[in-house]
This record gives sequence, structure tokens and C-alpha cells, in this order.
Amino acid sequence: MPSPPAIQATALYKSYGSLPVLRGIDLHVPPGTVFALLGPNGAGKTTAVRILATLTAPDAGTALIAGHDIRTHRREARRCLSLTGQYAAVDEKQTGAENLRMMGRLAGLSRREARARAAALLARFDLTDAADRQVGTYSGGMRRRVDLAAGLVRDPEVIFLDEPTTGLDPRSRKEMWDVVRELTARGTTVFLTTQYLEEADRLADRIAVLHEGRVVAEGTAAMLKSRVAGHRLDLTVTSREAYLRLTSSLPATATATATAATHRSPETLTLGIPTDGSAHHVRTLLDELDPHHTEIESFVLRGATLDDVFLTLTRPANSPQDPTHAHV
Amino acid sequence: MHMSDALTMADRSLRLSRRNTDALITALVLPVMLLLIFVYFFGGAIDTGTRYVTYVVPGVLILCAGFGSSNTATAVTEDLKGGIIDRFRSMDIGGAPILAGHVLASTARNLIATTLVLGVAFAIGFRPAATLPGWLAALAVLLAFILALSWLSATVGLLANSPEAAGGFTFFVSFLPYPSSSFVPTDTMPTWLRAFADHQPITPVIESLRGLLLGQPVGNTPWLALTWCAAILTLSATLSGALFARRTSR
Repeated sequence: MPSPPAIQATALYKSYGSLPVLRGIDLHVPPGTVFALLGPNGAGKTTAVRILATLTAPDAGTALIAGHDIRTHRREARRCLSLTGQYAAVDEKQTGAENLRMMGRLAGLSRREARARAAALLARFDLTDAADRQVGTYSGGMRRRVDLAAGLVRDPEVIFLDEPTTGLDPRSRKEMWDVVRELTARGTTVFLTTQYLEEADRLADRIAVLHEGRVVAEGTAAMLKSRVAGHRLDLTVTSREAYLRLTSSLPATATATATAATHRSPETLTLGIPTDGSAHHVRTLLDELDPHHTEIESFVLRGATLDDVFLTLTRPANSPQDPTHAHV
Repeated sequence: MHMSDALTMADRSLRLSRRNTDALITALVLPVMLLLIFVYFFGGAIDTGTRYVTYVVPGVLILCAGFGSSNTATAVTEDLKGGIIDRFRSMDIGGAPILAGHVLASTARNLIATTLVLGVAFAIGFRPAATLPGWLAALAVLLAFILALSWLSATVGLLANSPEAAGGFTFFVSFLPYPSSSFVPTDTMPTWLRAFADHQPITPVIESLRGLLLGQPVGNTPWLALTWCAAILTLSATLSGALFARRTSR
């Protein structure tokens, strides 16, 4: 029998009062893979994770964790998952070892088993030396590791990490990435949320971009990047009038492929437009945007940054204008 | 609810209170200070017909139990502030063992403070006339009071939005023994206050505690006290279940 998907979510909806947070989310995560839910602040990432981890009930929709329905078989689902959230879920006034032993006891281990499990996890997360220090004295990176370890006492099949590296220094971030890779090497499914494209790019087999409560794109990092073209054409125009005309009519042109400027600089009258970088596409773009060859003064072709991808996919739905543009 | 989960949670709460040095000192020193203040500051001026230390010790025990138990509210609020409740919930540990752990730990803390107060009371001349059954019955009433008040505090902790707000409850509960017969006989109070003092739950608790410890006839007062405690406990346990679910499922 083939193993069920680690996570299978169908049409999840959630509102807080009149504020819709999730507007129909479908997710499919095969076992043993890393899945990243990427999105800006307020996109609904935490709500999505809390629903999948059975902590919050969705208004509508269903989800299965390792084949167990989060609504009708919550207990079985909980047995298969662990959540490490943004706020440390360990006691600062207990030592690392005490926290882990407590979690072991709560997971149904005997005293002796809990002690052995705690020691093993501390060793695995390089915390043996800090085992008998109160967690309050730990560094940010150590705290995340002990927090993650606390979620692993039951050896869950699916691990949810809500913004695991937010607020960490670059070195701790890299250590956290190694931990995630080690988890998947053992066959665990990891579902993480992040605001950082680089993180999703490095860790995830598949990425879903969440924006205003909807999944606006899903695929491998390469697929997402290709979707927004690999380069950016920065155009500097001759006048403010030309700048305004181009920024307002841009989405309507054919070759600008449903994209609009991902970079705008009204001060320098420059705007950047995604392109695949081919001579043909660049030439067509220039001709379409400036048919009389009078308005575009100069151009530079740059490699698209990950930010361009992100900005293109998460542009507010009804307003192609960004704040810098509004000042013109 | 698994009893072992509640015990693990109680173990946790006790360890946390041991490490919260300021709170620990307050919890142990304040009761003794209150006893000394009542006996030596006020005692000379209050005529209760018996030696004041003998009259007031049960009242101080109740005052301490109220103060000690109501700290449970702060502990519960602290838990809700952090992420640990989410971790417990995702491990399928529900509200009942979490709150029961706090209540058990509170009971243990209070029994230690009670022992301390009794020890000092003996040292300054408290001479109860109770027989062993009297002591046991008094202990049972005190225990019921501590349990009921601790669980009520846990419920308040679920309602409070911050540890500071929960601290307000501690103040309120610490005040309740004053309009009762804890420190002065109620017949010295104005009529309207006396009506309240005679019918609030603290009064039967204090009356039975004093009667049992001093070997006086108590009638049905201990039963009345236990009924009050059982009612508060039942109400709190029921209410806290619903509140916990509401507070944590967003």
C-alpha cells in the first residue's frame, strides 16, 4: 500500500471576524519532502500552520496529516505531527534537559526512557554542554534548537516549523538549515513557513507562495523563478510624463507578459521590467513601450533577484502601484 | 485526563515556582509577617474573649491560603502568554491536566506555607485544644478551601489578558478574609457589612477551622464550608474547561 501524503489540505478557509485570512488553500506534500510556505507578513502563513497542526479549527475545508483527518481523527493526527512555532514553547526557567524530560513524560515515556530520549536529543542538537543550564541563558539559536528538539520526543512523521529562522543571526540560520536537512535525511516530512526566498530556495523541494490568503504560485524554486523570467530590464525614461504613462499602461502591453515593473524609482525615472533576457524579448519590449523611440533614454539588463520573484507574485491584487509610485 | 500528565505538570509548576525566587520568598515570608503583624500590631487592641494569637491563627491561615492560591491565576496567565500551551495541545495534553498541575502545585506550596505559619504560631504561644480528629477535620477544610480557590484562580487566569491583570485577582482574594470573622468578631461590624460577612464563603471556612482547632462545638459549619468549596470547585472546573478551549483555539 503506498503511504498517504504527509499533508493533504483541501479548500481551507478561515476568517477572524470579518477579516478573511485563508481563502481556500489546497496543499499536497508527499512524505519525506520539505515544503515551504512562503509569504509576506500577514499572508496567513501562521494561520495555515496552526490549522494543519490541529491547533486552530478551519471554518471550512479539510486536511489530512499522514492520512488522518484533522477534524475527525485529531488525536491520531496529533500523534504524527509536531509544531515548533515562532514563540519558544519551552520553559525558560527549566534546563534544556528538564524541558525535554518533561516532554518525554507527557509523550507517555517512562522516567528512564524520557531521560534517555532527552540525552539523545540534546546530543543530536549539540546541546549536551548546555543540558543543565536554564533555557533562559541560551542564545537565540540554541533556544530554537531545544524548542525543535522538544517537538521531536515522539519522533513525528510531519514537522511544522513556523518561521524557524526569523530573528536569527546568519550563523544560527545556517545551523538551523543543517538541522532541517538532517531531519529530511531521516525521512521526516518538513513543512516550514518563511518570509525568506533564499531559505525556501535552499531547503524546500516545493514552494507555495501564499498571498492574501491564497496560494498564488506553487512549484519548485526553479519553476517559480522561470515563471517570472530570469532578468530585469531597467529603463530610464526622459520625462516624468513618460514615467507616469509607462507605469500606468504597463500591464496592458502584450510583451510585458502579465507582469509589471518589479522595480520603480521615480526619483531617477527608472523602472525595472521582468524579461527572459533574450534579444528578441528586450527589443519587443522597448518597441512596445516606446513606439516612437523618444521616451526611453537608456536601459540596463540585470539578473532577476529573488526579491523580484517574490514581489511579482505577491503584488497587491488591485493596485499595481507601489508606495514609491504614489509619491510622484 | 491521565493522572500521570497532571503529576508531570504539577512537577513542572513546582520546579518553576522554586526557581521564581522573588515569588517564593513572598509566598513563604509574607504569611509569617502577616501573622506577626496581626498578633503584635493589632492584637493588643482587639478583644475577642480568648488570647488573640489563638483567635487569629485560623484567620491568618485562611489569608495565606487565599493569597497563595490566587497566585495560580498569574501562573496560568504566564503559560498562556508563551507558546508552551500550543506545544502541550499539539501533544494532545488538554486543559484539564495543565490546570490540574497548577492546582496541585499550588496546594503543595500552600501546605508548606501553612506548616511554616503554624510553626511560628506555636513558637509565639498558639495553643490549640484540638484532638487528632479535630486536626484532621480542620486540615480537610483547609485543603478543600485551597483546592477550590486554586482552581477558581486558574479560571481567572484564563480570563485575564495579562499577568498584571491576574495579579489584581490576588489582591481581591487577599481582601476577602477581612470582611469576615477572620480577624475580628463580626458583631463589631456595621449591620450591612455584617450581613455580608456572615454569609460569604470565607466565614464558614474560618468558623469551622477555628472551632475545630480550639475544640469548640462547630455544628454543621464544616459541612457548610465543604459545600461552599465543592460548589466553587465544580463551577471553576466546568467553566475553566470551556474557557481553556476558547482561549487556546484561535
